[in-house]
Amino acid sequence: MASIITYDEKKLIKEDGFDDHFHEHHHGDKYQTGFIFKYIFSMDHKIIARQFLITGMIWAIIGAAMSIVFRLQLGFPEESLAWLKPILGRWILLNEETGIGTLDPQFYYALVTMHGTIIVFFVLTAGLSGTFSNLLIPLQVGARDMASPFLNMLSYWFFFLAGAVMMYSLFLNTGPFSGGWTGYPPLSALPQASSGSAGGMTLWLVSLVLFVVSVLLGGINYITTILNLRTKGMSLWKMPLTIWAFFVTAIIGLLSFPVLASGFFLLMFDRGLGTSFYLSDIFIAGQALDYVGGSPILYQHLFWFLGHPEVYIIILPAMGIVSEVLSVHARKPVFGYKAMVYSILAIAFLSFIVWAHHMFMSGVNPFLSNFFVIFTLIIAVPSAVKVFNWITTLWGGQIRLNSAMLFAIGFISLFVSGGLTGIFLGNSAIDIQMHDTYFVVAHFHIVMGVAAMFGMFAGIYHWFPKMFGRFMNETLGKIHFWMTIIGAYAIFWPMHYLGMAGVPRRYYRFDSFEAFEQFTAMNQFITIAAIITFGASILFVVNFFYSMNYGKKQKVRNPYGANTLEWTTPIEAGHGNWEGKIPSVHRWPYDYGKDGNEFIPQYVPLTEEEKLEESH
Amino acid sequence: MSNSKSHHTRLNPLKFAMWIGMGSIMMMFASLTSAYLVRRAGGNWLEFSIPTVFYYSTLVLLVSSLCLHVGYSSYKKRNIPLYQGGLIAAFVLGCVFLVLQYQGWNELFSIGVDLKGNPSGSFLYVITGIHGLHILGGLAALVVSIINAFTLKKFTEKRKTNFELTLQYWHFVDILWVYLLVFLLMSR
Repeated sequence: MASIITYDEKKLIKEDGFDDHFHEHHHGDKYQTGFIFKYIFSMDHKIIARQFLITGMIWAIIGAAMSIVFRLQLGFPEESLAWLKPILGRWILLNEETGIGTLDPQFYYALVTMHGTIIVFFVLTAGLSGTFSNLLIPLQVGARDMASPFLNMLSYWFFFLAGAVMMYSLFLNTGPFSGGWTGYPPLSALPQASSGSAGGMTLWLVSLVLFVVSVLLGGINYITTILNLRTKGMSLWKMPLTIWAFFVTAIIGLLSFPVLASGFFLLMFDRGLGTSFYLSDIFIAGQALDYVGGSPILYQHLFWFLGHPEVYIIILPAMGIVSEVLSVHARKPVFGYKAMVYSILAIAFLSFIVWAHHMFMSGVNPFLSNFFVIFTLIIAVPSAVKVFNWITTLWGGQIRLNSAMLFAIGFISLFVSGGLTGIFLGNSAIDIQMHDTYFVVAHFHIVMGVAAMFGMFAGIYHWFPKMFGRFMNETLGKIHFWMTIIGAYAIFWPMHYLGMAGVPRRYYRFDSFEAFEQFTAMNQFITIAAIITFGASILFVVNFFYSMNYGKKQKVRNPYGANTLEWTTPIEAGHGNWEGKIPSVHRWPYDYGKDGNEFIPQYVPLTEEEKLEESH
Repeated sequence: MSNSKSHHTRLNPLKFAMWIGMGSIMMMFASLTSAYLVRRAGGNWLEFSIPTVFYYSTLVLLVSSLCLHVGYSSYKKRNIPLYQGGLIAAFVLGCVFLVLQYQGWNELFSIGVDLKGNPSGSFLYVITGIHGLHILGGLAALVVSIINAFTLKKFTEKRKTNFELTLQYWHFVDILWVYLLVFLLMSR
């Protein structure tokens, strides 16, 4: 039975909303006065979200620029890099006679290591989950702020401190850590093992311990807010999928990051106090060290017990954002809402029992490997459920192909192509050939690197008006999208072939290997594609900061006709988010195209007919 | 935002947050103890008995928890001297615990179990050391509670919550130690 529902938003929230007596208290002062407390040491979740975002963007530019430098080395090992000397200083070795500059091999390793660390932790964990959990959790569950705004502020500043320490390590005399982003001992445990393992590694550990503290403080807040501060009527099954994703992400983080911290503590003891947790029978420069009885595999277990859940910490928020963006811009309910939630939960559970698939070639018992192979392959099931549901959400929708939607669709494409190669790598037998080759590099870059970036871009384009009261430029956004998706595939697709042929990752140059000479042109192609894609990201940054000040203004509260609560706040929402009462919730967030209504927001009460339907 | 009470909240959000934080601390020790087990299964493992001082320190810590609880119930009954006394006793006993743990380390060292050397000894130092750091955090919270006990005049809801948070954490690090001691005794 079709019936058009009419309602007046302001009147409805005023009459039906939930009154928490927020505005009777006096706590405006603490939050609003003075530039320092409003924008720097802010406790408002919306400001903290923007701090996370912009810090994350700065790190993303640094991390991506590093990849361009080492891609230049890989694609054009003969070309002179003397022009980089003003920036990289002594890391470019200048030949006195010819004037040709080459990249210091030691610094090449440092670049690869830092690129990984920065992108995984600072950009895709803090920049993605930190930004959108902070922005959306209180707004979408109907809370005035996080459970503890103070801890929330600390969470950002610990992240900032972690970044500052890492940044400082880039300028050390011995250079930043250079033993790979996983920091495996013994290389990482012995300061004398390589120049990057000296001061650079110490600062790397300090930085990441600070980062763990930041993640834990943030996660505690996210979970508490979601479970305790939801508005009236917002039952768990009425929460948007974004919130479900952030919720589960925070739980995974809280269970896995402390394990990483213990792994790091033991490494610190090995480095500084002479214990042998990870070290045994080591010779350096012909000299025997007196470490006995440790096992480097123990570190790998502790590291990957975080490391694998970490990739879901990265991808789940992107999945949540994509689900929401797809539904809003396809004007259709998310297909299989509950299946989406259960698959998030299943992925989260499975993420904790697959870690050893990173260690098939590390001497793990092959019978134990079987167990990890099976559970790794099972992850394909909930992942496939999600992909199916996204595509069916799009099916027959009235799709608005704006930048946010394009990036969300791009996410699906990347997740499928990257996910399929995961099925290859999850088999311990195939892994004998594939491990530590460019096939692995291609796999994880597509499935969690670029895909998560796409989720982040979709989120930024979609919620930009919520953050800055203006829209981003659509034309630039679309150019950004097409350049990035074509560029990303152009970079990573050829790497599969390299990997199949056995080209190992992390090598400084390949031209001295006869077997890999055939790939010279391919490596050049990848490098050129990387440079063009980096250019697209610069376009995005320009668009971001230009639109922040001069973009098209947001005139109405709910510009997309979305159902979720964040679009009921004033355009320039102050502290506390809603001026009067908090809207109370009556329906799930995906009533699009129901009974002839284009959309029915969550705060609209059920009609008599709908109540009847629900009781049946 | 402890002052804007949510309608369907049974548990104070801050206390709930504390529970989650305790869960993540638990994960840290779970990983250390499982690393212990994995490494032990690998052989080349030095066996030695736990210093007897650790039994006394356990007792001291349990009594400290009890004192803090007495302090808390006295706070609710507005029995100020007992409230302040309980807090101070809990704090002093907490310090005594740390001193005894240090004695335990000395005892270990004297029988030749060094931080360096066989990982079985290293693990014991690291696990007790990291637990000691968590006790140190609890002592800092107790200092704040003691300052509150002697300076604050009003009995507000917020003050009660803060006290309860300290109480919750202190009991937690206490139980955590009992778990660690039992673990160390069982796995040898």
